[in-house]
Amino acid sequence: MTAADVGDELPPLSVRLTREDLIRYAGASLDFNKIHWNERIATGVGLPGVVAHGMLTMALACRLVTDWAGDPGAVVDYSVRFTRPVVVPDDDEGALVELTGKIAEKRDDGTVRIDITAKFEGKTVFTKATALVKLN
Amino acid sequence: MPLDQSFVGREYPPTWVYEISREKIKEFADAIGDSNPIYLDPEAARAAGHEDVIAPPTFATIVNTKKIYEVVSDPDLGFDSGRMIHGDQRFAFTRPLRVGDRLAVTMHIDKVDTRMGNDMLSLRAEIHSVTGEHLLTCAALLISLGGSA
Repeated sequence: MTAADVGDELPPLSVRLTREDLIRYAGASLDFNKIHWNERIATGVGLPGVVAHGMLTMALACRLVTDWAGDPGAVVDYSVRFTRPVVVPDDDEGALVELTGKIAEKRDDGTVRIDITAKFEGKTVFTKATALVKLN
Repeated sequence: MPLDQSFVGREYPPTWVYEISREKIKEFADAIGDSNPIYLDPEAARAAGHEDVIAPPTFATIVNTKKIYEVVSDPDLGFDSGRMIHGDQRFAFTRPLRVGDRLAVTMHIDKVDTRMGNDMLSLRAEIHSVTGEHLLTCAALLISLGGSA
């Protein structure tokens, strides 16, 4: 773990998601909600198209934190409020999710609060995403 | 149709046990593109102070989602899971999940609401090992999209 000061930025992370990634995540997470793989169902409920699992974008945003922390077991609390779905087109390019984070607070209990921002097509995906990480 | 308020406070006790395998941790880590050795290599995990490999923090979504579907498929609740999206999600850990953990999930309905035509359900899963040790709490806001779509 590197020295951590309030305001420090975490190394950014960009991840491209394709339909194949959504299928793989559906199988791994056992979440087969059809809005994540079926265009007809997704548009039928009013979504712009097939969207990534919120839990997948949440997992990617967590990677930003655990890549920095080293030990994923240091994450003691992690919460996300979803705002805008990541729409994943049926092509080879997929959707680009851009993740950044910074240390927002150092707490007396030895944890730091990291505020995470996720962007898709320049717009935020989460209203709020924070992780509490225990420092050694 | 508004959700039935009498469901607030209802508890769904564990009806199955989920055992975390090495293979499932690897499969999940691959699916989120995460090659952290602490998920895959027992030596790396022990060097970080863990007994064995641990699961990624959001791995608990597997059992949380399974239990969520149990609750939302209750026809008396009147929640249309076919139009369900995630509003928010929190994981609060007592300790990291690791290989070999046998999980029992108790789900609580904390709040039901209908706002702007959307049904909202606040669920809280308390996840224990079968030995009774508390491992984590998963809190979710689920939204069933209403409207004319």
